Amino acid sequence: MKKPFTVLAVTSILFFIFVQPVSAAPSPITKGGVLPAINLSNPKSPEEKSYLGLTGSGNFKIPQIKAKAVIVEIFSMYCPYCQKEAPGVNELYQAIESNPELKDKIKLIGIGAGNTSYEVGVFKKTYKVLFPLFPDGDFTIHKMLGDIRTPYFIVVKMNDDGTHQVVHSEVGGFAGPQPFLEMVLTASGLK
Amino acid sequence: MKKKRVVFHAPLVGILSVFIFFTSVYSASEAFKENIYDVGTLKPIDSVPTLKVGHRAPDFVLPAVSGERIVLRQYLGKKNVVLSFVPAAWTPVCSDQWPGYNIIKDVFDGKDAILLGITVDNVPTLFAWTRQMGQLWFPVLSDFWPHGAVAKKYGVLRSNGVSERALFVIDKKGIIRYIDIHDINKRPPLEELAGALEKLGK
Repeated sequence: MKKPFTVLAVTSILFFIFVQPVSAAPSPITKGGVLPAINLSNPKSPEEKSYLGLTGSGNFKIPQIKAKAVIVEIFSMYCPYCQKEAPGVNELYQAIESNPELKDKIKLIGIGAGNTSYEVGVFKKTYKVLFPLFPDGDFTIHKMLGDIRTPYFIVVKMNDDGTHQVVHSEVGGFAGPQPFLEMVLTASGLK
Repeated sequence: MKKKRVVFHAPLVGILSVFIFFTSVYSASEAFKENIYDVGTLKPIDSVPTLKVGHRAPDFVLPAVSGERIVLRQYLGKKNVVLSFVPAAWTPVCSDQWPGYNIIKDVFDGKDAILLGITVDNVPTLFAWTRQMGQLWFPVLSDFWPHGAVAKKYGVLRSNGVSERALFVIDKKGIIRYIDIHDINKRPPLEELAGALEKLGK
């Protein structure tokens, strides 16, 4: 007689331990917080490695990028808005790189949510993207960031003591290269 | 006694199934905003394959969103054909599949291939849905009436009336050269389709 109750108790405990944290969508990354521990593969291209100020191989974390601020675009090659905004994001990259005051302070990377290396490569080639793009084929990073919609922009401020802080986190909201750059400068205290 | 044990373990199996199914995620483009209906995680494949690589592709006539009527045999001797069945308009993974194919026209052109997108939705629904994807370069066909008849011919009609997420590559002779009846919850990686196209003669 006691057995059904034991089974029910065990399954209830399992439900609360395992199901709740998984089925509840994680909160989207918020301004003021820190990045989750995202692992990205060191770029193979020496140019991209040099752009990010990285050395060696294996994985790295975004706060290891040598910069005062890092802009992270979460995109997908399958997302029409990401496709539409790609030229504008390229202009943002060019605006930063052509400004001697900014080029060593602000870096830009993209992470392809649900995109394999091949798919990220297609996006890079199609839109002639010059900044580093990283695959997230199994949605691991996308999930860590809170199942956000694409395109999504995150700006991370790197502090002198080695810590970092998310100073901007928004779905879409890319109002054009110049307004976006102004926002990055203000939010990260570079202005 | 044995039967009782199965009954007692049923809730445990049920709970663990929920745990397993709820772990999958998908990407959603902001382009569709709040208009995507979340169907949850579905049985990966819910049909019995009827066709194999090497079979002749069954012919069909379907209306396109553009107003044309597309006949498969019109491509015989002229174009390789890729059929992309997706389950339904306004659902999560489907909405993030064709926009990717839309930026690789050069890959299809390079292999002298045309892409035909097919769902069981009616034309007005497909019109509204595909408008959110931008200007598609390939025809989008409605297999609405008789409902899912072409999906059924290709062995990809699910028991609830939507199609599988499936890709068929058909050569210029009308012979099926590649079939991917994919897990409905996941998008087929592009490199697999590109690889299948690569194997076709121009």
